[in-house]
Amino acid sequence: MNVAEISNPRELSSLELRGVIDTLYADYQGCLNEERFEDWPGFFTEDCLYKIVPRENFERGLPLATWLCESRGYLLDRVTAIRKTAVYAPRAIRRLYSGIRLLGWKSNTIEVRADYAAFETLLDEMTRVFNVGVYHDRIVFADGRPKFKEKICVFDSVLVPNSLIFPL
Amino acid sequence: MASVISGGAARGKLVSNERIWPAAGETRLPYWVYSDPGLYALEQARIFCGPTWNYVALEAEIPKPGDFKRTFIGDKSVVVVRDGAGGINVLENRCAHRGAQFCQRHLGNAQEFICPYHQWTYRLDGTLQAVPFRRGVKGQGGMPKDFALDQHGLRALKVARRNGVVFASFADAVEPFEDYLGKEILALFDRVFDGRGLTVLGYSRQLTPANWKLVIENIKDPYHASLLHVFLLSFGLNRADQPNRLVIDPSGRHAAGMTWRGEQKRTADNVEMRSLIEDLKLADPSMLEPVKEYAQYTIVLMTIWPNLVLQQQSNTLAMRQVIPKGPNAFELAWTFFGYETDDEAMTRRRLRQANLMGPAGFVSIDDGEVMGFVQQGASQAPGAAGVLEMDGSGWSEETPHAVTEGEIRAMYRHYRKVMGL
Repeated sequence: MNVAEISNPRELSSLELRGVIDTLYADYQGCLNEERFEDWPGFFTEDCLYKIVPRENFERGLPLATWLCESRGYLLDRVTAIRKTAVYAPRAIRRLYSGIRLLGWKSNTIEVRADYAAFETLLDEMTRVFNVGVYHDRIVFADGRPKFKEKICVFDSVLVPNSLIFPL
Repeated sequence: MASVISGGAARGKLVSNERIWPAAGETRLPYWVYSDPGLYALEQARIFCGPTWNYVALEAEIPKPGDFKRTFIGDKSVVVVRDGAGGINVLENRCAHRGAQFCQRHLGNAQEFICPYHQWTYRLDGTLQAVPFRRGVKGQGGMPKDFALDQHGLRALKVARRNGVVFASFADAVEPFEDYLGKEILALFDRVFDGRGLTVLGYSRQLTPANWKLVIENIKDPYHASLLHVFLLSFGLNRADQPNRLVIDPSGRHAAGMTWRGEQKRTADNVEMRSLIEDLKLADPSMLEPVKEYAQYTIVLMTIWPNLVLQQQSNTLAMRQVIPKGPNAFELAWTFFGYETDDEAMTRRRLRQANLMGPAGFVSIDDGEVMGFVQQGASQAPGAAGVLEMDGSGWSEETPHAVTEGEIRAMYRHYRKVMGL
């Protein structure tokens, strides 16, 4: 399916819509796992909201995010940090997404939940579970392509193994 | 002094027997302070269970009667609870019967504490209220007649409260909190905690693979900020060529660093800061649009010995609580907060600027990573020592610049005294 040419997403069959959304998540996962961070902001709308939030804050309604992006510009600034300003040991983070649930349309937005697990491999160390949680996503179609208007990563593990440098 | 030491088991044993501080005093920092398990155990006894005031909670976390927070002082889990009379009690999280940690939630509300194992029940002040089957069943068994409930309560700690912040001590003989902080540090503490009501914005927790003292040292080390933190120095948030003032309390254990925000440009004074990127620009500058909040200073970072870093970095306010997890790791528990008087714009500002801090912080990522590097290097050579000669060999209670390691030397002067090293 050519996802670049969806002019009326509301008319897609549920099977077609699932195909589009599955492809979005596969592409997103590929982009991050292959460390093509420069391409990452392109998955989001200009006015997006992206957050990584410990479950304890999310469940208590506390507003603090471990990582807060209130526009695509914030995402670009995170990429600048990864590439230019942050000092950190080399690592590989591999993310796996599973159980993508389409909760339905709300106006022009598709609400989606998906579970994720991220694994971290540091120099001289065995691969370990790094961060596990659930995405609370809202997807819209802009210029015929699905984009994340909101992506809230709520993580179970609460205690971060030192540094959260790459996006989830 | 051990010269060349190799091998895991042999190293551990040898180091425990070789705790001799280098003759050069605090200008040398022996690396066994970061990895010796025997020394770690002694720190627990003499520092965290000794005559120190340990930060445990903000009162705003437990506003209602029965509200509790589970946290740590050193290795020991404690529960901070507000009782019906408005008092705040800090109790060791260890049932007096069989030692179970009866409280298994970070935050909650309780009328009483009931250990799940045999349902020994405690009042919110820690006194033992009831023991099931105390009189036996059908006349059989039960506790001895002279078993006294009032002899078997939870261990209750000494508590100090000041303007909404709660500290606790395992030592009955600890000096009053105000004396413990000293005049200068107390005034800077009151600058943030001025009596206004606080609101908790949320938590961040990270486990850093480094000895707990390294995070305290990191804050007491203004030398690194101008060099390590590309983000911080390029945006002129904290740099040695800005005005700086450092204060150390007379005992050497607490300190504070104050700065005023500078400009993002090359000058003759920052030419050695090779990581300064002059044309660094934020794609969305709304993340960093601080407003002046206090009459004096744009940043104040304080260390309150032994377990608290109090952060006022522009408009982010956070308690960074240090929880040691063995000699080779610590948890840093961040509680971000604001004031009840904050309007929506100020809360938004605090939340945005919080991007600089915590486990994903534009600035603090560098610290967590580098502390791990120090732990790795120091652990491979416990008999070697670090060099702390920036700005001489001693320390002053007042320093008008940031090119110094005096705060770290002062802390280790105090540490050596307490630890008998």
